[in-house]
Amino acid sequence: MNEPTTTKNRMTVERKSEREVVVTRTINGPARLVFEAFTQPELFKRWWVPKSFGVSLVSCEMDVRAGGRYRLVFGPGREFYGRYLEVIPYSRLVWTNEEGEEGGAVTTVTFEEQGGTTLLTMYDLYPSKEALDAAIDGMEGGMSETLDQLDELVVTLARETRP
Amino acid sequence: MVQYTQARLDDSFAALSDATRRGVLEQLGRSDASITDLAEKFHMTLTGMKKHVGVLEEAGLVITEKVGRVRTCKLGPRRLEEETTWIETYRQLWSSRFEELDKVVEELKQKEKTDE
Repeated sequence: MNEPTTTKNRMTVERKSEREVVVTRTINGPARLVFEAFTQPELFKRWWVPKSFGVSLVSCEMDVRAGGRYRLVFGPGREFYGRYLEVIPYSRLVWTNEEGEEGGAVTTVTFEEQGGTTLLTMYDLYPSKEALDAAIDGMEGGMSETLDQLDELVVTLARETRP
Repeated sequence: MVQYTQARLDDSFAALSDATRRGVLEQLGRSDASITDLAEKFHMTLTGMKKHVGVLEEAGLVITEKVGRVRTCKLGPRRLEEETTWIETYRQLWSSRFEELDKVVEELKQKEKTDE
């Protein structure tokens, strides 16, 4: 099979306020398919946890309906879970993030189809600035770990070169 | 400034995404080496190794110095820590996710076409 050629669309990340972060990105496909990628576990785990993160997902359960729960398990004590508050097919998803000790963010995703492509907007609202800061520390999961490992590697290597 | 650090972080990731380049960093951690040494050690052509070293140099992870006819490589002074401010991490996270999402959606599109 030929590797499909995909062009990288522009992404924006903005911290709207002390408690809000908004990410937007256009995806080259109809909202129907993008929504599928968000709501079918087999598809979702492929992109939500890219291989480059270096962590693997043990399980991914999603009961996609208002009031339904989801749970992503990376390993003992490394779970992300919450509840869907709103599910409007092909247009809007709202879910809670309940894994933190304090109240977690509420994530709102909107899918706006524009001539065969979909503008995705991911809006995270945290209960407080502290909650946002704390979540940032933990949420990147593998990402942050990877960075830490890289950093350590580089530092160790640098130290070893010094006589 | 944000864009600048973002570009640097992208460079670092690109540079470290390759096993040979990580090997080169480890090697240089033990001792400085010429491009010829490195090419031999990694069973590569000089041109191939020059490319890898170029990527590492661009990312600030390696510095090279030409003495006479020999170009010596050593580890650069740069650390990744400075770039790991939250917004960069967040951006990197989402950037990786969206790249994979592009692939998933592309596959679904192809599949629909075939099924029609």
